[in-house]
Amino acid sequence: MEKEAIEKTGFPIVPDEKSGHLQWVDLRELKIKYTISVEGIKKFFEGLKEGKLLATKCKCGRMFFPPQKDCPSCMKSEMEWVELKKEGTLETLTVIFVRPPSFSMHEPYTVAIAKLDDGVRILSWLRGDPRAVKPGQRVRVEISKRKEGHLMFELVPI
Amino acid sequence: MSESVAIIGVGHSKFGTRKDVNVAELCWEAMKPAFETANLEPKDIDFFVVGTAGMWSSEQAVPALIAEYADLAPKGSMRVEAACATGSAAIRVGYQAIKSGTADLVLVLGIEKMQESANPTVIEMIGRFGSYFWEFENFGLTFPGYYAMHGTAYMLKYGATEEDFARVAVKNHYYGARNPYAQFQREIDIETVLKSPYIAWPFKLYDCSPITDGSACIILASEEKVKEMGIEEKVWILSQGVGTGTANLSRREDFTSLASARYAAEQAYRIAKIENPTKELDGANVHDCFTAPEIIAYEDLGFCKRGEGVELIRNEQTYIGGIIPVNVDGGLKAKGHPIGATGVSQAVEAYKQLLRKAEKGRQADIRVGRWLTHNVGGTGHYAYVTIYGLEKR
Repeated sequence: MEKEAIEKTGFPIVPDEKSGHLQWVDLRELKIKYTISVEGIKKFFEGLKEGKLLATKCKCGRMFFPPQKDCPSCMKSEMEWVELKKEGTLETLTVIFVRPPSFSMHEPYTVAIAKLDDGVRILSWLRGDPRAVKPGQRVRVEISKRKEGHLMFELVPI
Repeated sequence: MSESVAIIGVGHSKFGTRKDVNVAELCWEAMKPAFETANLEPKDIDFFVVGTAGMWSSEQAVPALIAEYADLAPKGSMRVEAACATGSAAIRVGYQAIKSGTADLVLVLGIEKMQESANPTVIEMIGRFGSYFWEFENFGLTFPGYYAMHGTAYMLKYGATEEDFARVAVKNHYYGARNPYAQFQREIDIETVLKSPYIAWPFKLYDCSPITDGSACIILASEEKVKEMGIEEKVWILSQGVGTGTANLSRREDFTSLASARYAAEQAYRIAKIENPTKELDGANVHDCFTAPEIIAYEDLGFCKRGEGVELIRNEQTYIGGIIPVNVDGGLKAKGHPIGATGVSQAVEAYKQLLRKAEKGRQADIRVGRWLTHNVGGTGHYAYVTIYGLEKR
């Protein structure tokens, strides 16, 4: 679009489709891709490989999911990695029809929150027909391979 | 030190698709009337605050941009961000600057030009206003999605329906049709909402606020300045409460209420000594980025008991003439939601309502002289409740 405009008018300026107001179309495209440290929670990913859903538990007894490295209750960072039981109760859900472009390779997906029997909550995709479930439904956590090729946890109605 | 702080000038741009202006021009569209109503010039301003979330628009150094465009250099400034509560966060900085005695006249501007980027890009960016890794990166939550999970929980717990949510959109479009600054100035019916396509179940297109370009501006003054300048048309900031919620929704206990908003409301009411909100307020602007959160806001603000918010909208109690008029400027839903401008736009509305300057067909009865605004960033990630009044506290 910009190239044509430059050839035609000498500038990357085009009229807006609806209003006709002139717009300079930016020639400097920005791509952003983050690199996020998982060094502090690397055991979580080792756990997924073994089919385990791991949380961190502080010596003071406080449990964290998603796992975190430091405990603000007792100011210590001596966490134990504990395996969660992978069963719980659905609390709420939504179906994402209009997806972000970076998720366009997926069909509309269901995102749900469940409270696990261990006491922590989990947010993830829910497998199956969302119309067949409602809050209160018992669910289990499965670890499966995503389209992107990596392992991730998801909720499955029992 | 100034015990009390007043809004002495306001300005508001037309909200909508603003392909006719650039960022600086859009800022000026709200700044100019603010200077005029306050009877001030740029050189009179001691300090200015710009609330803008940015990212989707080209200009990032907006305070400097307006310092250049509107002759505010070399005065001090700050850019603030609190997701969709950015505008209220900007007001807080200005309010505190005057309260602390470091400034007497502060300009607060909220601005967003979201349509400089393509819609899918904006959807992608707003989806990131939560816990990036555990919600967006792996599960692709979108902004409607975060709130839709609250809508679902609310429907199941209290027996509300998608039709009940639609009633909020119908009300806010009714008032948007009477607001010349609104993005959508036309009435809709329940059918229109129910027939629109799903965005994030249970929300459909007409349950969602739009992607908007817009700006709003207020000028704040210390009590001393108000006296010195002999300003008659003003409203006072009586109190402001602020709360914060967890990034990840799964770290919360409940999805039928926003704990941060309840916390902010409790503070604001305590400072303003309000015990019975519907009797001691003439109206409110609440954060209806989607329909269900307006109903949840009624409850978080104590307009009714938990679970009874849906009755307020069913019985049209939040229209003018009901127990408390809410979003009679069209709300985010119909007026539009230019992220950084929304909180400031709510303040402009409080000023207009209290001074009986609202347009025909949307002026509430002003009896007690107090108006509340409720501005939420993210999904209760940040919450600001501000109470404005014609009389000082």
